[in-house]
Amino acid sequence: MPNIVVLVKQVPDTYSERKLSDSDHTLDRESADAVLDEINERAVEEALLIKEAQGGEVTVLCVGPDRATEAIRKALSMGADKAIHVSDEALHGACLLQTTKVLAAAIGRVDGVDLVIAGNEATDGRGGAIPAMLAEVLGFPQLTHARKVEIDGSAIKVTRETDAGLQHLEASLPAVVSVGEKINEPRYPSFKGIMAAKKKPVETLTVADLGIDAGSVGLAAASTAVLEAAPKPPRAAGTRVQDEGDGGAKIAEFLVGQKLI
Amino acid sequence: MSEVLVLVDQVDGEVKKVTFELLTAARGLGEPAAVVVAAPGTAGKVKDALAGYGAAKVYVAESADVDTYLVTPKVDVLAALVAAKSPAAVLIPATAEGKEIAGRLAVRTDSGLLIEAVGVEKSGDDVVAVQGIFGGAFTVKSKSTQGTPIVTVRPGGVEAEAADGAAAEETVEVPAADAAKATRVTGTEPIIGGDRPELTEASVVVSGGRGVGSAEKFDVVEKLADALGAAVGASRAAVDSGYYPAQFQVGQTGKTVSPQLYIALGISGAIQHRAGMQTSKTIVAVNKDAEAPIFEIADFGVVGDLFAVAPQLTEEVTKRKG
Ligand SMILES: Cc1cc2nc3c(=O)[nH]c(=O)nc-3n(C[C@H](O)[C@H](O)[C@H](O)COP(=O)(O)OP(=O)(O)OC[C@H]3O[C@@H](n4cnc5c(N)ncnc54)[C@H](O)[C@@H]3O)c2cc1C
Ligand SMILES: Nc1ncnc2c1ncn2[C@@H]1O[C@H](COP(=O)(O)O)[C@@H](O)[C@H]1O
Repeated sequence: MPNIVVLVKQVPDTYSERKLSDSDHTLDRESADAVLDEINERAVEEALLIKEAQGGEVTVLCVGPDRATEAIRKALSMGADKAIHVSDEALHGACLLQTTKVLAAAIGRVDGVDLVIAGNEATDGRGGAIPAMLAEVLGFPQLTHARKVEIDGSAIKVTRETDAGLQHLEASLPAVVSVGEKINEPRYPSFKGIMAAKKKPVETLTVADLGIDAGSVGLAAASTAVLEAAPKPPRAAGTRVQDEGDGGAKIAEFLVGQKLI
Repeated sequence: MSEVLVLVDQVDGEVKKVTFELLTAARGLGEPAAVVVAAPGTAGKVKDALAGYGAAKVYVAESADVDTYLVTPKVDVLAALVAAKSPAAVLIPATAEGKEIAGRLAVRTDSGLLIEAVGVEKSGDDVVAVQGIFGGAFTVKSKSTQGTPIVTVRPGGVEAEAADGAAAEETVEVPAADAAKATRVTGTEPIIGGDRPELTEASVVVSGGRGVGSAEKFDVVEKLADALGAAVGASRAAVDSGYYPAQFQVGQTGKTVSPQLYIALGISGAIQHRAGMQTSKTIVAVNKDAEAPIFEIADFGVVGDLFAVAPQLTEEVTKRKG
């Protein structure tokens, strides 16, 4: 009966305008609508599928500001059992190393974790590194970019899908898995699920609760620093013509003019 | 001059273009040292190519373990080299695997990780990564404040320029894998590339969207691509509808491409699609809806039916090639 932790992240909705704050170049979270990252719905779905087949428990873990509770509730309403929310002003501007350290510490509070499931890549930063970094810190094998996950006792098999094609992976639990876009179709929360989620336990923690010194995290202590940030001037629209039977020829002419053919 | 480590991306001894881009970028920071972590016999095949792009040194770490275990052998070798050589920076391709290697290396060496760079610069003693974020809407410059800067560089971000390098070889050991922490690779099914260039490496990309209407009709896109020597891409709607395989998806959750020329056929230009292609040098769009947002960023747009316009363009291109 695997004990599963699913990592979820709240991200700015890509349909809304995403900006950096002028003062410290961190993500301007107020300017954009925030949603549970789509890939994390797939991570939750995979955890629930494993639980439905084999039993066990699903804990949602999120490191993010207070309003990330909406994303956590969504994961709970899909069917996860409980949640840990690490929310601390001190984490403002945290770098990837710090975020990994905090995630690892929070996972350490869950007894006997067998499986950590994350998304393969968040839509805000496109880091695609946290699951591997976490595996490094925890000393667990990484089975990332999964399009298929099979668990048999303490053995895990994953089909990994990347640009290079498919790879078949094997390791033993405990392990870190990250899921790709094609792994499953996440369920919609049912009305019953939404009502039940309101009563599910959410443990809210500060970094101090995790035994981490608040001064060792956040923008001032980050391992990377932004030196400058500037919005790029938007691309201007060029020429637009109506096809009058010569559309293809007109493009060819344009491409010749640009020395592209 | 300090060394700058470049992790070599290669398949069966064929060096990927991104490696040449990274070696070019490394020359602006210090002395480029290519790191080959691969199956035995690989270095001999890749050495000349690396020398041709200015590799002063080639660290050769060969072992059968490299193909048997996922990611960690490469991390082990790079971590040992970082400790032994104190390089000015480590440059790694921002591919799925490269991002993971870089992340683990940053943890292992307690170093700042700079992701998805489209350029690297030297500023005094600092290595500065130039990044385009939110699909290129912002340009950001950042640096590492601790350890050795570990930078993932996006394929196509830097233009590769040939240069002579001595490519002096030095053998490096691949540490034995720790079975409890490692992931075994028990089989692979590489993508059969065919004759078309790879999506992220191509200088021309022709993409089709939901407007193409079916898998069969995607040959309109493929024919134009082949006339131009281009790679084929697809929108997520086209992928989700089963018109084209997922590995060709362009956009926020697909590939980021930045070719000389991007041609969008029957693609509306949703923000998530644009995030993956709006840094293309020249954009051409064909869409029957004059209001389609793709026209807002197209250098040349044709309002019309792609099934009329694209075949005509294919013919014109073929004619000119004569
Ligand atoms: C989190 C998230 C991530 C996403 N990631 C991606 C991503 O990576 N890549 C991506 O592409 N999308 C992504 N999307 C989806 C994106 O929002 C759009 O739904 C998608 O890009 C639409 O694809 P499309 O332009 O092919 O289809 P549509 O928006 O349906 O547009 C089809 C277009 O074809 C035109 N057309 C139809 N017939 C013809 C014809 N005969 N001739 C000419 N024109 C014709 C129509 O006028 C229309 O403009 C993502 C969405 C979310 C929420
Ligand atoms: N702050 C966070 N809280 C919880 N999970 C996270 C956080 N950051 C990243 N993750 C997980 O790591 C995955 C990959 O993120 P990234 O490496 O940032 O692209 C996400 O889909 C999440 O599952």
